[in-house]
Amino acid sequence: MTEKKLEKVAGNGLISRRHLLGMGATGVGLAASNSVLGQNSGINFEIPGWSRTPGPGPSNYGSRSRYTAAVQRSTAFQNPTYPGGGASRSPLQHLQGTITPNALHFERHHAGIPDIDPAGHKLVINGLVRQALAFSYEDLLKYPMVSSVYFLECAGNSGALLRGGNEDGTAQSIHGLVSCAEWTGIPLSTLLDEAGVLPEARWVAAVGADAASMGRSIPIEKALDDVMVALFQNGEPVMPGQGYPMRLFVPGWEGNISVKWLTQIKLTRAAAQFRDETSKYSDTLPDRSSYQFTFPMGTKSLITSPSGQMSLRNAGIYQITGIAWSGSGSISRVEVSADGGQTWADASIQGLQLDKALTRFTIPWEWNGGPAVLQSRATDSRGNVQPTRDVILAERGNISFYHNHCIQSWAVSNSGEVTNVYV
Amino acid sequence: MYKKIVFPLLAICIALNSLVVNSQERVRLGTPISEADLEGFDLIAEPDGSGFPSGGGTARQGKAVYDINCAVCHGANGEGTSGNTIIVGGDMQSEGPPLRTVGSYWPYASTVFDFIRRAMPATAPKSLTNAQVYQVTAYILFMNGIIGEDTELNANTLVNIEMPNADGFVDRSHIHSIE
Ligand code: HEC
Repeated sequence: MTEKKLEKVAGNGLISRRHLLGMGATGVGLAASNSVLGQNSGINFEIPGWSRTPGPGPSNYGSRSRYTAAVQRSTAFQNPTYPGGGASRSPLQHLQGTITPNALHFERHHAGIPDIDPAGHKLVINGLVRQALAFSYEDLLKYPMVSSVYFLECAGNSGALLRGGNEDGTAQSIHGLVSCAEWTGIPLSTLLDEAGVLPEARWVAAVGADAASMGRSIPIEKALDDVMVALFQNGEPVMPGQGYPMRLFVPGWEGNISVKWLTQIKLTRAAAQFRDETSKYSDTLPDRSSYQFTFPMGTKSLITSPSGQMSLRNAGIYQITGIAWSGSGSISRVEVSADGGQTWADASIQGLQLDKALTRFTIPWEWNGGPAVLQSRATDSRGNVQPTRDVILAERGNISFYHNHCIQSWAVSNSGEVTNVYV
Repeated sequence: MYKKIVFPLLAICIALNSLVVNSQERVRLGTPISEADLEGFDLIAEPDGSGFPSGGGTARQGKAVYDINCAVCHGANGEGTSGNTIIVGGDMQSEGPPLRTVGSYWPYASTVFDFIRRAMPATAPKSLTNAQVYQVTAYILFMNGIIGEDTELNANTLVNIEMPNADGFVDRSHIHSIE
């Protein structure tokens, strides 16, 4: 394929997504131009050592290649006054597809990870019900289960962008508090049905069995809709850092409400007004009033490659890729700009476009070796379009940093260095 | 979810009647319990006063509880030792970004009791008695100028405390998805 045939669809080198067909990871045309007839390629074709010696046999629980060991979550400095508290972020720029491996799913704990023996754990349903009930883990395993792929995003994800700075930020350091998994469990409505919800119950209060006994309130309509008590994450028992033996999963809503290590569901008349739905996860506006109970996460996307702290070696064709999601539906469109938002081209969706799940997008781009600003903009199935940072700042200022879903801008310099910028 | 599967089956597959009947039998494995069983387990203390234990305490009593169990992280006067441990002071109408604390920001006094009982002190949560939680809650409210040093804090008095920023919140809980 030659340069002439590449259909440019937006400014600064964006190429029609149609050219993705038949294109390898290295990019359009490069393979063909590299082949030189009759000359030695310089590649070593000697049979390697690992093809001459049997390796270790099967194992009981797999581990990844030691050559990929650098793909890690990032954990913040542990504050001694906050035992077990803090977060780890998913290495978004090193991942592909849409499912986050369990060991790389982001974490946010308020008092560390409890070491729960499932035999000693119970789930209680009480309050405004006909009959209060207790369930053991063994009980719950016997219920019919449902599975869905859902993203989970901390309300504080990407909040750093509202404050500015973070010139050296990466996809992981700025946006790594989002992950996606297949969650399997029991619809909460099944268990609530068994207890018999009284008509005056308007909310459920969910509490975890960690040392913080973290609690959150959820309106009854949502609790009876798509909320589940999740027991499995990508097919295996939920990881301890994700709430083993069970967590609440509240699709599309701010991560903190999907209470981990779930041990109590109490039906109440009003919200319990826990610390983490008053003092935290609320957003103070410029007029000093504060939004409380901002539940659905906004329509959002970001380019994961090229992204902050990467460097492009040569001018040429690159595969732009990233993730998009919405707490209110599925992703219907992702556009990409290479000129800081002046012109846009439609990216192609790679794989599934599921409700409230990460969606992978991709588009080829020819970098001409000059400056560029790469952005992506998602639209969801309800027509919500991801806003710019300026729009978010104008609407709500930057006193609070939760619930930010603005467009991310990555600048590419003449020398190919990629950095976080504000345009 | 159950209904979605069962009803289409019922409508079309009369021949599979026995299967349908089986799948309609609900799994019901919850063990009936009483609220009395949950005393000491259910720690939810709500703004309307439900869930609060008996007893009470004053700020004067709470100073000792605070000095021994809290000051190391929250400072001698609640001024904090790090960003997330400041629990006294602040003003929502300040010129610069407001310092948001228990005193300046929190809408309900019930949350102070509820949170301390379940989560504090951070190194040994749930190690205080209910009386100590009342006392230290009173002391934090006193340091914030919200109650007097000898005000008795209990299930009845606590729900009547008007927090300075009680009217500062816009409830968005009706928004379950964005149109
Ligand atoms: C080892 C350090 C430590 C000790 C001791 C400690 N705390 Fe805390 N406290 C924290 C940390 C850290 C947080 C923030 C937790 C978070 O954000 O999840 C906190 C949060 C709080 C908050 C909520 C602050 C807010 O604005 O959300 C209150 C109230 C509180 N503590 C009261 C107490 C009381 C009362 C005691 C003593 C009985 C106590 N703490 C002992 C570390 C400590």
